[in-house]
Amino acid sequence: MTIPTMIEGPDRRSAGQGVWGWIALGLAGLAVVPWYALGGAGIFSAGWFGSFPSPASAPAIWQIWNGKPWLLLPALPLLGAFAALFVPREQPLHGRLLACSGMLGLALLLAQGFAIDHRGPTLDALQHILSVSSTKQSGLGAGAALLGFAHLMLFARGLSRRGFCRGDAFTVGAITLIVTLIALFVFFPVLVVLLQAFTGPMTEMIAKTFDASIWSLACILGPLRCGVAWNTLFLAIVVGAGTTLLGLAFALIAVRTGFRFKPVLRILTVLPIITPPFVIGLALILLFGRSGAVTALMMDWFDIPRSRWIYGFTGIAIAQLLAFTPIAFLVLIGVVQGVAPSLEEAAQTLRANRWAVFRTVTWPLLRPGIANAFLLGFVESLADFGNPLVLGGSYDVLATKIFFAIVGASHDESRAAILAMILLVFTLLAFWAQQHWLGNKSYTTVTGKGDSGLPAPLPRNVSLLSYALALPWALFTVVIYVTIFFGGFVKAVGRDHSFTLSHYLAGFAIEWGASGLLFSGSAWGSFGITLWISAIAAPLTAGIGVLTAYLLTRQQFTGRRAFEFGTMLSFAIPGTVIGISYVLAFNVPPLELTGTGIILVICFVFRNMPVGVRAGIASLSQIDKSLDEASLTLGAGAAGTFRRITMPLLRPAITAALIYSFVRAMTAVSAIIFLVTAQYNMATAYIVGRVEAGELGLAIAYSSVLILVMVLAIGVIQLAVGERRIGRRSIATTPIPTTA
Amino acid sequence: MSQSGPASVEFRQVSKRYGEVTAVNAVSFTIAPGTLVTLLGPSGCGKTTTLRLIAGLEMASEGHILIGGEDVTRLSAAERGVSMVFQSYALFPHMSVLENASYGPTVSGLPRKQAEAMAAEKLALMGLSGFEKRLPSELSGGQQQRVAVARALVLEPRVLLFDEPLSNLDAKLRRRVREDIRELQQRLNLTVAYVTHDQEEALAVSDRVIVMANAIIAQDGSPRELYEQPSSLFVADFIGDSNIVDAGITAVRDGMADIRIGNLSLRLPHRGLGTGPAKLAIRPEAISMATDGQDSLDGEVIKAAYLGSHMEYSIRTPAGVFFVVNADVAQPRSIGSTVKITVHPAGATLLPEADRGQVTVRPA
Repeated sequence: MTIPTMIEGPDRRSAGQGVWGWIALGLAGLAVVPWYALGGAGIFSAGWFGSFPSPASAPAIWQIWNGKPWLLLPALPLLGAFAALFVPREQPLHGRLLACSGMLGLALLLAQGFAIDHRGPTLDALQHILSVSSTKQSGLGAGAALLGFAHLMLFARGLSRRGFCRGDAFTVGAITLIVTLIALFVFFPVLVVLLQAFTGPMTEMIAKTFDASIWSLACILGPLRCGVAWNTLFLAIVVGAGTTLLGLAFALIAVRTGFRFKPVLRILTVLPIITPPFVIGLALILLFGRSGAVTALMMDWFDIPRSRWIYGFTGIAIAQLLAFTPIAFLVLIGVVQGVAPSLEEAAQTLRANRWAVFRTVTWPLLRPGIANAFLLGFVESLADFGNPLVLGGSYDVLATKIFFAIVGASHDESRAAILAMILLVFTLLAFWAQQHWLGNKSYTTVTGKGDSGLPAPLPRNVSLLSYALALPWALFTVVIYVTIFFGGFVKAVGRDHSFTLSHYLAGFAIEWGASGLLFSGSAWGSFGITLWISAIAAPLTAGIGVLTAYLLTRQQFTGRRAFEFGTMLSFAIPGTVIGISYVLAFNVPPLELTGTGIILVICFVFRNMPVGVRAGIASLSQIDKSLDEASLTLGAGAAGTFRRITMPLLRPAITAALIYSFVRAMTAVSAIIFLVTAQYNMATAYIVGRVEAGELGLAIAYSSVLILVMVLAIGVIQLAVGERRIGRRSIATTPIPTTA
Repeated sequence: MSQSGPASVEFRQVSKRYGEVTAVNAVSFTIAPGTLVTLLGPSGCGKTTTLRLIAGLEMASEGHILIGGEDVTRLSAAERGVSMVFQSYALFPHMSVLENASYGPTVSGLPRKQAEAMAAEKLALMGLSGFEKRLPSELSGGQQQRVAVARALVLEPRVLLFDEPLSNLDAKLRRRVREDIRELQQRLNLTVAYVTHDQEEALAVSDRVIVMANAIIAQDGSPRELYEQPSSLFVADFIGDSNIVDAGITAVRDGMADIRIGNLSLRLPHRGLGTGPAKLAIRPEAISMATDGQDSLDGEVIKAAYLGSHMEYSIRTPAGVFFVVNADVAQPRSIGSTVKITVHPAGATLLPEADRGQVTVRPA
């Protein structure tokens, strides 16, 4: 019978091979690949072969013999892993050896990187030991990454041999990898910002933190301006309240009235996802700016003088209300739908009239959701960078102040770091309030039991109020989008409305040159880079997000809650803070990434990962856990189970994560504006630059191209990844019983 | 794990803790090769956790688990040579019946042809030939369950685990499926661990039953031992129906105890008890009713129910209310009539002192 060999199985045989494989990978990192970062085009350009081995492109082995003997330190622990191969795996020593040597190797790798950087040894003690000339190091490169990865995996394998996560090497490996990546690309940069904010003399630090330009309340007492922190908070509160009110009006109309054009409202929910955040502000300028279309009409018809009223608080607030109302609508439509009609019917049978039902049952049930929507609008406004940048005028908010502290003439990194910390604290406080104050108060009553009741119609005055609020706003949104799409085809909105293609030609012209096709438009460069970076980032984001969701929902391990918090944290950090932290953390060795395309990809992956995680968790919690367990008992191991069972069933979540991360990468501006270079420029950064240079026509043309490309990309991803292979319908008719 | 064939399962002081909660507390038992052992108990007693510990789906916090004499405590589920039939069947909804059944050999790296041949053989064994191309959602509940069993059998596991396999079937089907499982186990000479909360099911299919309560083993024995000699009040109450009665032991001689319940006297094995008050478990079918007679308890019928094959009565006596099952359907007693009841010694047992009170179970 063939059974015994099968049960023995590839898992056991490959166990030793796995360790061999990781050791081999570590050795390759030491002996084959360049140890240091190559800069410029990097490892994927074949250029480094030419000068091989030179101090810049040589692998660690060569470096050890040529003046950098300390590189031996992170290599030595591989011997420990090697020794473990000669210990039977059942003995605790086997796992302990692997885990300890992996951990030690990783620690030594990082320690040597931080101890000796591009200026030489960072500790005085080291300076005495090593001669200064040979002790400078540039950033860690591919070789170091391979060795570090090998150490990490050996460490994970050791832990799994000690029985962590039911002894599953894949699970432990995935957890360790994700934890390490999050530590490296979320916690480490934020920590650097913290350190940056609190270095230097104490008095200076305190003076900067409590500077009048941040905290002044002069605007209440007199004509002077308030501090930027109050500006930001005031704007966020107004926008939070406004989006909630408008979102609620839309949600009530969509769920509780016989409104005939409900599908149109649905379109509203898609728009903010595919619209770069500053485009609304741009459209507002085209309509209401000094030479805007509406301004011109007002001038002609009513002799209202041209003014710059749109620049400043009013403009930002209108732009953000337009941009974030759909988000509030999305939240609140769920909340309104969640109010079980049977509760209202119960109230009706107890002789409550329509108004009393709304006041005593519907409204109290809606309240937590409303608070939630307010906080979301509040946080979105805090984090928004694009609209204040194009519309701010003299009204400063934290997000733009941080930017100008870095790029402006002052270039004050510690001031930028302090502002970033203040913004981060505001945001985290809002999220904290959401979790602790609302966390357990959600009354939405989706039980999975059919509720055949009919939702009570709104009281007349409430529905009238909703229409009065929502319909003009919807109309306004339509006008804005019309402006966006037609603004690119006229010479100058507001002044000369004759048709032209010149804006599109300036951006996207293609000519026949001497050597064939020539992409002569000025936007092609950033457009290509944007597509390329987004296309790389999307699958990585979706992959790591879904993998994390799988670990969170399917695996039990100590520190799971902390792990979840860590993965969601990057969502709470405003993009501007991420941007500044990446600049501060990854500008110098040992992790020198600024100026490369890699840092853009990394930034997108870790910023958008939480959405992949959420989508994955939502889908996974609908898939019975026993499916995984069945696969495990049939000998598949966690990796096989993930690939054969979980992934196919997760197609919808993967599609959603792919679309979202692609689109977010295309539309993001706040984080990446710090990270783009002439070589790696992104579309949004380019457009913002055009706006600042006054080339509004090109900016709006480019924006509409972006929106169209995203709609196209969404279609392509839907087709390529598709839906789950099993029809939901067939499952619904004969459900697989899942009694608890 | 190099030899095939049924293997033994041994637990040595195995505990499983989730933070503060102890799901399985220092449990030890052995399942002999080729036997069917049931883990029986109320929900939350730790029986499913025990099963999952055997499968490797949970890792023991303490103690050792041996399969076929080999320590597998730290091995993952994939490495234990154990298969499980899940309560929900856990058929992969995106795979056909054949793909489901050949999943085990496929992921073990066997060529597809061979894997499918092995799957087809077991599907045929379960009477599922002709269903290979269907999706699980296109099968009835009973067929889905047989696919799940076939899938578990394809790898010829050394231990086969069933987690409440009948709970999703309707009442008529349950009896047949449990007979099928027992027959299959004996024909293929399998080691089977079987979790259920239904005591009748446990008695019907098992070579041995392990009754669990509050994370520990309450009693471990053959179905007959459990029914006739429950070691505790909990087991007496959980296995079948029992009248638990306060009685007095007047004397102990030759290993037998003289027992009095009011006017009724009985002689039963003393089970380690001395003279004094004691608790007695009396099966409802061991109580007979007469209109007169010595050495009996006076009682009054307060409830009577006709169940076709038998009658059920509640009878109030000075020693408490007795639940009585009586096969005499032809001449039922009417409510309010007085009877004299006697107890057949074979259906009564003293509850040993040592275990009494140790297993406390919250009311279901």
